[in-house]
Amino acid sequence: MKPAFSVIFLTTLIGVGQGLFLALFTHQSYALFGLLPLQADSFYGYGSVLSLLFLAGGLLASFFHLGRPERAWRSATQWRTSWLSREVIVLPAFMGAVFLYGAAHLLGIKPVLPTLPGGHALDPGIALGAAATLLAFALFICTAMIYACLRFLREWHTPLTVINYTLLGCSSGFVLAAAYAAVAAPSETGFFGGWAIAITLLALAGRAASLLRNARLKPKSTLQTAIGIKHPYIVQRSMGSMGGSFNTREFFHGKSAVFLRTIKPAFLLLAFGAPLFLLATGANTPALLGVAFILQYIGLLAERWFFFAQANHPQNLYYQTIG
Amino acid sequence: MTQLALVIDLNVCVGCHACVTSCKEWNTSGSAGPLCDENPYGLNPTGTFFNRVQTFEIGQYPHSETLHFPKSCLHCEDPPCVPVCPTGASYKRKEDGIVLVDYDKCIGCKYCTWACPYGAREFDEKQRVMKKCTLCVDRIYDQSLAEIDRKPSCVKACPTSARLFGDIHDPESAVSRAIREDGGYALMPEWGTQPANHYLPRRKTRVKIHEDELERADNPLKVDGQLPKPGKGEPSMEDVSAW
Repeated sequence: MKPAFSVIFLTTLIGVGQGLFLALFTHQSYALFGLLPLQADSFYGYGSVLSLLFLAGGLLASFFHLGRPERAWRSATQWRTSWLSREVIVLPAFMGAVFLYGAAHLLGIKPVLPTLPGGHALDPGIALGAAATLLAFALFICTAMIYACLRFLREWHTPLTVINYTLLGCSSGFVLAAAYAAVAAPSETGFFGGWAIAITLLALAGRAASLLRNARLKPKSTLQTAIGIKHPYIVQRSMGSMGGSFNTREFFHGKSAVFLRTIKPAFLLLAFGAPLFLLATGANTPALLGVAFILQYIGLLAERWFFFAQANHPQNLYYQTIG
Repeated sequence: MTQLALVIDLNVCVGCHACVTSCKEWNTSGSAGPLCDENPYGLNPTGTFFNRVQTFEIGQYPHSETLHFPKSCLHCEDPPCVPVCPTGASYKRKEDGIVLVDYDKCIGCKYCTWACPYGAREFDEKQRVMKKCTLCVDRIYDQSLAEIDRKPSCVKACPTSARLFGDIHDPESAVSRAIREDGGYALMPEWGTQPANHYLPRRKTRVKIHEDELERADNPLKVDGQLPKPGKGEPSMEDVSAW
C-alpha cells in the first residue's frame, strides 16, 4: 500500500494524545487511592490541553486524506458496519471528554459526587476521566480495526494490529507524560518514566511479533486464482494502460527494496531503542526526555510508514507490467 | 432476486479494447459527469476507466499462448467494499444486484478500494470521488432506447460477442447457461466475495481421428482406395462397354 502522510500523522498524533491522557488519568487514579501525592489541578488540566493539541493535530491531518473534506460529516452515518465511521464518532467524543476533564480541573469544578468507602471523594473530573479512558481504548480499537478488518490485507488482518496500535500509542503518550512531568511536576517523572519503560517494552514485543508473523506470511491469492488459469507460468504483458492508473499509484509504496529494508531497523531503533535507552539511563531532565519523545515520534512515523508499505494488496497481481 | 452480471468468454476475446473505449465514451458522456483524464496528450496519460483489458502470457516459449483479460467491477454478491464505506455512498441495489457509488455522498477516503481485492474501483483525481463500473445502469433501463440497445456499452461494442449480459439468478438465462455448461468461474474464490461476473475459460477444440477412420474398413465399392491402373493390353472402358 502507498503510505499516505495524512493517515500516518492522524494515527500517530492521536496515539500520543490518547496515551498522554491515559498517563494523566493513571496518575490521578493512583493518587485517588493514596498511592501517589495528588498533583495540583493545573497539572492534569494543562496536560489535557497538551493531549487535546495532539488529538486536534491528528483530526486536522485526517482531513487531508479526503477527496471531499466538505462532506466529512457524512462519514459518521455508517457506524453499524464501518470501523472508519465508528472512529469518526469516537474521536470527537474522546476529544470532548478530554476537554471537559481538562476544563473541570482548570476551572476547579469539584462538587463531591459520591464518596468511596475509603473516604476518597469522587468529583466530576474523575467521572469524566473514567469516561474518557473508556473512549481512549475504544478509539484505539476503532483506529486499528479499520486496518485489521480488511481480510485481504493479511499483514494487517491480525489481533496484533489492535494490540500494537494501543501499545505504541500508550508508549509515546507515557514518554511525553514523563517529559511533561519533568517540567510541571518533577517529583512524578519517575512514575511516568517507569510506566513508559514497561509499555515500550511490551510494544516492542508486540511489534516484533507482528514483524515475525508477516515475514512468514504466504499470499493466499496468486496470479492463478486472480485470472483463473491453472498454469504454473503466467506473466503479465500489459495492464491495459501505458501511463499508470489509480491502481498503480495507490497500492505501491514506490520505494526500493533497500529503502524498505533500511527503514525497519531504523524505526526499531528510534521508536523503541532510543526512548528505552534514555529512560533507563535515568534521563530525568526535561530536555533529555523531550529528545526521547521526539526521537520516538520520528520512529513511530517510520513505523507507520512501514506498516502501510509492507501490506501487499492482492489487486497488485493485476498491475505488474506496464506495456 | 435478480443479479445482473457480465459473463466474459476468454476463449473469444481478442483483446481489441473496443469494450474499454466504448465504456469510456458512454460513461464520460453521461449525466454523472466525465471520467476525468490527466495529461491525455502528454507523456504519461492517465485517467479514470471502469474497464481495462489486460494481457497475460501463459506458459513458456515456445509453448505459450496469449490471454486477453477484460476486468471491471465484478458486482460481488457479498461486496466487501460496501460495508466499509463510512458514508453509505457505496451500496448494492436490492432490485438488480448492481454495486454503485453515489458520487454526491462519496467523501473520497479511498477506503473502499482497500477493501476490494480486485482493484475494480478507480479514484477520479479531478472530481475527487470514487468511481466504478455501473453496468451502464443509465442505459439498460432506458425506455427511449430500442430494446436491443438496453445492454451495457461494452457488451454492445464487443465485435466477437465475448461479453454476455444477463441475470445470473435466472437459471434459464443465457448467462446462467453459459456459466453452467461452459465452465464459468469466478475470480479469487478464496475470499468468498461471490463475484457476479463470471469468466468462461479458454477451450481447445481437438478432434481425435483414429487410423482406421482415415480409410474405411468396409469399403465395398473401393471408392476410398486407389483403383489399380489398367495394363497396356487390358481392355479399356470403350472395349467392354456396350455403347
